[in-house]
Amino acid sequence: MAFGRSSRSKRPVEPVTLKILVAGGFGVGKTTLVGAVSEIRPLRTEERLSEAGRPVDDLAGVEGKDTTTVAMDFGRITLREDLVLYLFGTPGQDRFWFLWDELAQGALGAVVLADTRRLEDCFAAVDYFERRGIPFTVAVNLFEGAGQFPTETVRAALDLDPEVPVLLCDARDRSSVRDVLVAVVEHALARAGLSPEPART
Amino acid sequence: MSADSVRDTAPGPPHAPADAGSSRWYDAEAGPVVRPYAMTRGRTSSASRHRLDLIAIVVPEPAADDPGRDQTLSPEHVEIVELCSDMPQSIAELASGLDLPVGVVRVLVGDLVEDELVHVTRPVPPAELPDVNILREVINGLRAL
Repeated sequence: MAFGRSSRSKRPVEPVTLKILVAGGFGVGKTTLVGAVSEIRPLRTEERLSEAGRPVDDLAGVEGKDTTTVAMDFGRITLREDLVLYLFGTPGQDRFWFLWDELAQGALGAVVLADTRRLEDCFAAVDYFERRGIPFTVAVNLFEGAGQFPTETVRAALDLDPEVPVLLCDARDRSSVRDVLVAVVEHALARAGLSPEPART
Repeated sequence: MSADSVRDTAPGPPHAPADAGSSRWYDAEAGPVVRPYAMTRGRTSSASRHRLDLIAIVVPEPAADDPGRDQTLSPEHVEIVELCSDMPQSIAELASGLDLPVGVVRVLVGDLVEDELVHVTRPVPPAELPDVNILREVINGLRAL
């Protein structure tokens, strides 16, 4: 009696999901970067700030200024049927730091997108990932009209550890963004204490 | 009540503002303030033990073949099951697709897990990097883009 087996093959594949964060100052091109590689138009989701421990029926709470919404942009890259990478653009404003904690949980790594005209905008993100031990790569978005600096100058200005990759990129360009993402994952792999050797499979 | 009636409601406080200053803390961008949580009957967390990660994938159980028959489910519950039946989706994608706050979707999915209509994949545990082999596969997959 072979019942109950046939439905099994029809079950949808349950992919392994991973996420990479995209951080950086407001207007530095995070959404553009996500859109350049995402197979879906960058989606937007909202997190409601009142959620953190506010009593459910405390109506006074909903009038507090902490009950606003934060939008997060995200994209998806299906690497294989069973392997899906999500990219999340972190909210730019500093006051939403606590949201980062949830986003950062289980994140594979992060891209810190920088604009050399406003390099200080990404200090906070660099600091955050350094403290949390999350592998990150600094990608300098080459805006037209922005002076181009060697990556070593950017590294020095940000006081980065020598092993942190710094790349120049064009957030609009798919292959350029892909290279940035590869650098993030390679850095994560190196951080796992293993030299990048060819996969055995 | 349908999701549309909530979504399309013009933003506004639950009562008329007595003074102009009371509207300073949000704007139209913030959307309706309280109503989405009416779908969860005011609950901001579900009975399930774990907080569902944004990239946790919601997979329908075979029992969820015809969620519309279950009279205890809200239209939003049914919509979640239907969206996931087409293709299993992450919490973040569901929130975006349904135009609901992530917190609301978490509660609704938690209900469906309780009812054993869906199950949710557990992403990589916090503070743990994914398996080295998975990292290599990600690199290979990205290079092939």
